Formats: sequence, structure tokens, C-alpha cells
Amino acid sequence: MINDLLAISDLDAAQIGRILDTADGLKDIALRPIKKVPVLRGRTVCNLFYEDSTRTRISFELAAKRLSADVINFSAKGSSVSKGESLKDTALTLQAMGVDAIVIRHSASGAPQQLTRWVDAKVLNAGDGWHQHPTQALLDLYTIRDRFGRLEGLRVAIIGDVFHSRVARSLVQGLTTMGAEVTLVGPPTLLPPGVDSWGVTVSHDVDEVLGEIDVCYLLRVQQERMDEQFFPSSREYARIWGIDRDRLARLPQGAIVMHPGPMNRGVEISADAADAPNSVIVEQVSNGIAVRMSCLYLMLGAEQRADGGFL
Amino acid sequence: MKQVLTAEELSRALKRMAHQILEHNKGSHELVLMGIRTRGIPLAHRLAAVIAEVEGEPVPTGGLDVTLYRDDYARTGPLPLGRTQLPASADGEVGLDGRTVVLVDDVLYTGRTIRAALDALMDYGRPRAVQLAVLVDRGHRELPIRADYVGKNLPTSAEEEVRVHITESDGIDEVLVGAGAAPAGGVGSSSP
Amino acid sequence: MTAEFTFTDVRLVDPAADRDEVTNVTVAGGIVTATDRSSAGLRIDCAGLVLAPGLVDLHVHLREPGREDAETVASGTAAAAMGGFTAVCPMANTDPVTDHAGVVEQVLRLAREAGHCEVFPVGAVTRGLAGEELAEMGAMAALGVRCFSDDGMPVRSAQVMRRALEYAKTWDAIICNHAEEPTLTGGAEMNEGQLSTLLGLAGWPREAEEIMIARDLLLAHGLNARLHVPHVSTAGSVALLRQAKLRGTRVTAEAAPHHFTLTEELVRTYDPVYRVNPPLRTRSDVEAVRAGLADGTLDAIATDHAPHPPEQKDQEWSQAPNGMLGLETALALTLTELVGDEDAGSVLSMKQAIAALSTNPARSRDIGGHGGPVEPGAPANLVLFDPAARWTVDDRALQSRSRNTPYAGMQLRGRVIHTLLRGRFTVRDGALAPRDAAEADRMQSRDAGEADGLQSRDAGEADGLQSLDAVEVTP
Repeated sequence: MINDLLAISDLDAAQIGRILDTADGLKDIALRPIKKVPVLRGRTVCNLFYEDSTRTRISFELAAKRLSADVINFSAKGSSVSKGESLKDTALTLQAMGVDAIVIRHSASGAPQQLTRWVDAKVLNAGDGWHQHPTQALLDLYTIRDRFGRLEGLRVAIIGDVFHSRVARSLVQGLTTMGAEVTLVGPPTLLPPGVDSWGVTVSHDVDEVLGEIDVCYLLRVQQERMDEQFFPSSREYARIWGIDRDRLARLPQGAIVMHPGPMNRGVEISADAADAPNSVIVEQVSNGIAVRMSCLYLMLGAEQRADGGFL
Repeated sequence: MKQVLTAEELSRALKRMAHQILEHNKGSHELVLMGIRTRGIPLAHRLAAVIAEVEGEPVPTGGLDVTLYRDDYARTGPLPLGRTQLPASADGEVGLDGRTVVLVDDVLYTGRTIRAALDALMDYGRPRAVQLAVLVDRGHRELPIRADYVGKNLPTSAEEEVRVHITESDGIDEVLVGAGAAPAGGVGSSSP
Repeated sequence: MTAEFTFTDVRLVDPAADRDEVTNVTVAGGIVTATDRSSAGLRIDCAGLVLAPGLVDLHVHLREPGREDAETVASGTAAAAMGGFTAVCPMANTDPVTDHAGVVEQVLRLAREAGHCEVFPVGAVTRGLAGEELAEMGAMAALGVRCFSDDGMPVRSAQVMRRALEYAKTWDAIICNHAEEPTLTGGAEMNEGQLSTLLGLAGWPREAEEIMIARDLLLAHGLNARLHVPHVSTAGSVALLRQAKLRGTRVTAEAAPHHFTLTEELVRTYDPVYRVNPPLRTRSDVEAVRAGLADGTLDAIATDHAPHPPEQKDQEWSQAPNGMLGLETALALTLTELVGDEDAGSVLSMKQAIAALSTNPARSRDIGGHGGPVEPGAPANLVLFDPAARWTVDDRALQSRSRNTPYAGMQLRGRVIHTLLRGRFTVRDGALAPRDAAEADRMQSRDAGEADGLQSRDAGEADGLQSLDAVEVTP
């Protein structure tokens, strides 16, 4: 059982392991003719997406529906939300409707946590500001574990805009909890203050790091960052930290390339490298559904235990 | 706890059940066995071995995990999931469509596990017929479910516990009955 | 009939006269008439209690005109009186901005009518707080304004700041600059550091405050002009001020109670009640602010009372406005956290605390009639409080229209019993005293010549004065 899923830092290694193992058991449902099991029948899951993200929302929607839950979608556009209804009022409305779980994506860090103050429903953070994106980290951990059979001792390089990335924060926490070794790579301006207290190595030299890793994880580098002077130009960024064919070739045999999507081809990854054979980006997407099913399954296990319901 | 079935008796019961299955179905044509997790699976494989010896042909055998179809999720909360393996032959996976599926389980009690197993099976395909083989029938049905093939009829009281041990998982073949907290209803640990 | 009464056996803490001793204090006709052991009129037994000059808050936001949903001059000054304040300085970021005489007059009038507390409005430095053109300081000075600030906004241009400092010398007036280098704080939401990174919130670097303070200190020093630094929050800022004072720069500075009691750890809750500008910082910054108050580098405690209605504060962190209430908790926080048991562990002595809350603020801004000394002939602007009384902060039971206090539910030590404004009770027995319109007219007079013949309006008032202990009335 898990309570609200707000941040990876709330989970210990045993809980993360349980989520991944459960995802294993649920993965096959996608391969059957009838892609549904009745276990969450009669439960209602609300997707409360303040940020546009068709891909993630569909992933959650499929996950809930495959477990036979009812799904309602509240997207920021074209609803009372866009007309200026406050988060609190929306929360109270959902509370009155009696939904069982709310999957929330919001551009303000901490919004999911604030939501828990106003609703009894379980809250699952689908991405808040720069803060956390727990299910992304979990599906990434799943993908890595699926490939290598383990997480402990693996060497992972995370390259790109760590500063503005909720995926990076969640993933680093997940990897270090599971015993992997993490190196962050990027220009100093894109590595946030205090990052040296995360239990990771920091490098500004991609080439130095590439030859000795198992996983090369690329983060999006957005155009806006160039406008805000975090680096002078995409060209310079791509030249110094971007992954192209040549750099790909320097990865050890068996190493994989990952990206949370969508990609900025030509910046963090060159067009010809994006479709390389050692990229597992497509697997990440399909694993995403299984992992999200796992989270919903473990969260909506009915009666709250007296101890608060953690695994 | 008292031993009510020894290893020898267990083995003889399985042999008899295998013959009954063949007799009832007039051979093993279009027959598949599906063991119900956990102990139903090794039992299914043993039945399959006997049938193969008699008929000279292997019987596709698989394992069914019914956790996601239980009716008591609200009480137990999320349980660990196992994987379902569809019956396989030497040539690979064999579907359920149009086949006679014999479900195999160790203990038949309230019948709820079998109800869940039937729902699970239907999501994998459309069998022509479904039959049920259990090693022990201990009574106390809560649903209109009956076994076609029974190893041993064992009338028990609700307070008693039935434990089945199989060499594959427990190192010994035996069935024990004794005092213990029997599950109140629904699917419990001794897989009724 | 003139109301005359004596606070007997009271501990008088009067930093302006360097007094901290048990004595009697007599008030009659709106002024203090005696502070020796004599007594006259109704005796009010004050054993165990402290009498001090009424508190003076250099930095409050009364929100009126423009944001009356958050606070009005009436509700804000009522809150001030409850907190033991007899004078407050409302900032100019109203709507319309207090950058001309008209708004100053309006605020003065509203305060007079409400009658809870005296106000000394702060005028804007620049028109519309835009930081470009100087506001008409002269017109505002004619109404008694002696301090100008664009608070809320920094004066971005060094050139404009320099001009303002220089121009203000005409009236020996003070420029108070909100120290924030705006190019470093775009979108900032909390103190920059490990925690801001962890919480995914944009960080406010310390340098943003310190750069501005350094700039302003250099400008003021070069011109020998008067500077006041508001809401100091970092250790570096305190250090800069210490150096500047040693060099003789004419600067005074203030710190808000939340910067000497709360740290950024509270932001982990994402509760916007903790969102403030400057942001809550780390433990070592809090310690440095306390040390600054203790050694006089920081002259005054000023609340930066910033009300916001609940629907504004009950939003996502990134959308909520900055600001915390402060008037009704400042004294208690100072007593609880800084004075404590008045032993070796205390950051401030009781005298230093009153100096920071009353005497120094009044002096730094040339506010006459407040801050002491409590001596015969002085207007009776006083606060009587029980330093030992414990109470719990209830955000629904405040005089303020808003509820955004970060101390809701906390137990504090130190409770105001009476607040007197020119001899009239604005707070009596811990509750806001009803005011009388006729009396309110006599209240605020900038002309020292006008003698306030405080008359008791109805005979009932004298009887209504409740004594803490039944005592005899001396004939």
C-alpha cells in the first residue's frame, strides 16, 4: 500500500522495489486480447492536468482504465479551471464528488502537496513545477532494471538541464536510493545550488564521462534557457554537451540511451542519434503504463491501514 | 495437525484423477491444463505428466494468477502479483480458444478462487469448456461451484485449517488438517 | 472632569531615560504627570507588569486606499493598538500610490477618525513607485512626512537613488530603499540554496539584498544623507551595516520578527503563509539578525505587517503574494524569543527590547511624542503588558482583516493589557476599547502647541477604568 505519491524521496528501497515488481505482474495485460482486469472496478480516478501533456495524461488514463477504474479528465483548457477557479475550489468540488484518486500535473511546485490538505482522495503527483515527477523516475528505474536485471552499482550519467528538471530530481533520488552511481553533466549554470549534497558526482565534461557508463540519460534543454542566458546558444550547447553519432559510438557496449521526451533534436541530441539502436525511449513509454498501473493498484488498495498505509 | 493424506495416497489420487480426465474427455485431444497459483501449478504439471505417459502425447500446461480478479480486494488490499502463463507446448504458446480447459487447484473451499479463475480465463480467450480438478474438497461452498475431479473429499469444520504440502515447494507430499484460524470467507491463504 | 490615574508598583522600562525600575506612573489630562512614587486619582495595581513607551512600528502596510479587502486604516491601526503600538508608519504602495499630498491627507484623516493609533505616513520616492521620476517630496513633507520609500519595489537606478538621497536633505528626510536587485530575483520564490533546489522553487540569492544595501550605503555615505534599511534578512547585510556604522554613515536599519524567529525549513510545507519578501532564510541568518539587534547594528524591530485576504494566500505557492501579518504578535515574539527569562541566554534585555520596539524607531525617524522618555509633561503614549502571560495565537481572533500570520496556533509569552494614546485607552484589559468620535478629533495634532485637554467624555469612563485589583480611590 502506498499513501499519496508526491515525491520519490518519500519512498524507501523496499517500496520502490515493490512498485517495480508489481509493474512486472501487470505488464502482460497489455499483451492480451482483453486488456483489462477488474481490480479497481467502481473506483474513480480524476486526471487534473493544469499543464498540457497529452502523452502523460493518456498514459495515466490507460493505466486507470485497464484496471477497470472510471476516469474523469479535468484539463486546464476549456474548463472552470481556465476560467480562473482556484485550485482550492476545484479540490473542494472533487472532494464533494467523491473521487478516489487525483492525478495532478501542475506548473507550481508543491501544488500536489497543497491539494492533500483539501481532499481525502489519494493524490498522485504527475509532475509539479521543477519539483518532482515520481512516476517518470519509476518507469525509468523499471526500464533500467528490465534491461540490466538490477539497479545497484550501475553507472548512470544524467546530462542536460538539471536545474529546471523535475525528472532529474526524482530520478537522482530514485537511483541513489536503489544503490546506483550517478554523475550529473552540464554547464555550471544548469546545475542547481546544493547539488553536491545529492550524493552524486558532478562533471562539466561529457567526453570524460561517456566511456564509463551503463546508462546515458538525456534531459531536455529548452529554448527559453538560452533566452535567459543560461548558455549562449544552442549551437554551443550542442557542441559541448550534445549527444551526436560520434559520442554515441563512444558509449560502452551494452549501454543504453534514455530520454523522458519530448526531444529537442539538435540540442541535447542530434537528429541522427535520436533513433539509435541503443535508445530505449520507446520502451520507456510502454513501461510507463505498467508502472502507472502499479502505482494506482498499490494506492487504491481500499481500507487505510491504521499505520497510514505505507508499504 | 493430523496427516490425512500421505505421499503415496496423494500420488495415487493424482493418477486416478488423470485417468478420470481422459475417460471423461475421451482422450487428451484439445485438452489444456491450467494450474491455479500457487500449488495448483505443480499439481497440473504432475497430472500432465501422467496423461502424457498414458496417451503418448504431451498436454499443454500453464499457470493462472487470479490476484487481480479476487472479490476481496477491499479487505486484503493489494497483494503481490504473479504472472500468468498460458499453456505451452513444444511449439510455443497455445491459446485457450475452442479448447477444454481443466483448472487445477489444491483445495476447493468457498469456491471464490474458482469464480475468480473463471473470470480470468475469459479475459484470455474463449474455451469450449472448463472443468475443475482439485486435490482436496473440504466443503463449505459459498458459491454454486463444484469440482469435476476430486482427489479426496475432506469434510472439515470452518475452524479447521487444511494444509497441502507439495514436494516442489514444500519438500514433502502430504495433506494436513488441524486447528487453526481458518479464513472467514473469500480467498484465503490455503487457497480454498 | 479629568481622568487621572496612577499605575502603581509597575516596572517602568524607559530606554530614553535609561530607566528600568519599579515605580508609579501617573497620567492626567493626556500627559504623564509623575513617575515617582507619588500617586493620584484611580490607582491601578500593576505588580509584575511592565509599562513602557507605546511601541512604534516603522514599517506597516495598511492597504488603504486600494486594497481594503485585505486591511483598512481602521482595522490596521486597531491591530496596532492590540499589539501595544501607539504610532505606525504606513508604507506608500497603496492604490493610488502615496506619492502626493492627497493620499497622505486621506490616510491621516482615516487614522484620526478611527482613533486607535497615530500614523506617520511614508511617502513614495518615485512617482507610481516606477523608480524613474522623483515624487513630490516637498508637498508631502509639508504634511509632516519625513521618510520616503518605494517599499515593495526597489529603486533600481543608482542615479535616481542618489538624486533622491540628495533632494531629501532639504528636509533632513530619510530615504528607505527596499533592498532587492531585481535582475537577480526574477520569479524568485524562496531563499536560494539547497532547500530551494530540493523543493523546486526559484531561489532568491542573498546577494540580491546585499548588493543593494552596499550600493545605498556607499551613496548615502558619499552624500552624508540619511538612509534607512528595511527588513534586513541576511548575515551579510548585517555585516555591511555594522561596517557602515563604524565608518559614520548616517544609516538606521530594521528587522522584522519573522526574520529573527523563522527559517526556510517551513517552506517544505509549501504553505504560502510562509511566503514573504525578503524570504525566510537559514538558521545562521536568523542568528546574525539577532546578534545585530543585540549590538545595535539593527536599530529597530519593525513588523512589515503585510495583510493579504485568505483567498490570495490559499493558492499555489508560485501564485500567492508575499507577506505576513505582524502587528499583533511583535511584542510577544520579542519577549518570547529574544528576552525570554532575562538571563544569560537572553539575546536582548527588556530595556534593549523596548528600545528596539519603541525608542529607537521613534528617534530614527524623528517621531516626537513617542518612544519616551516617560517623564512629566510627555504625552501619555504608553503600553502596559504582562511579560509572563501566555496566550495562543488564533488567526481568527485578530483585529486585522486578514489572517496570514505564520504564528497561528503558537503559544507566546507576553500580553498587552492596556495601550494608551495620549492618555486615552485604545486597548483596555486586552480588548480594543470603543472610541468616541469627539475624542478622536482631538487626537492627532502635529502642532506641538495644541494642548490636549483630555476630558473624559462621559462620567462612565472613569468608572469604567477597571483596576486589576480593587483599590481605593485617592481623593
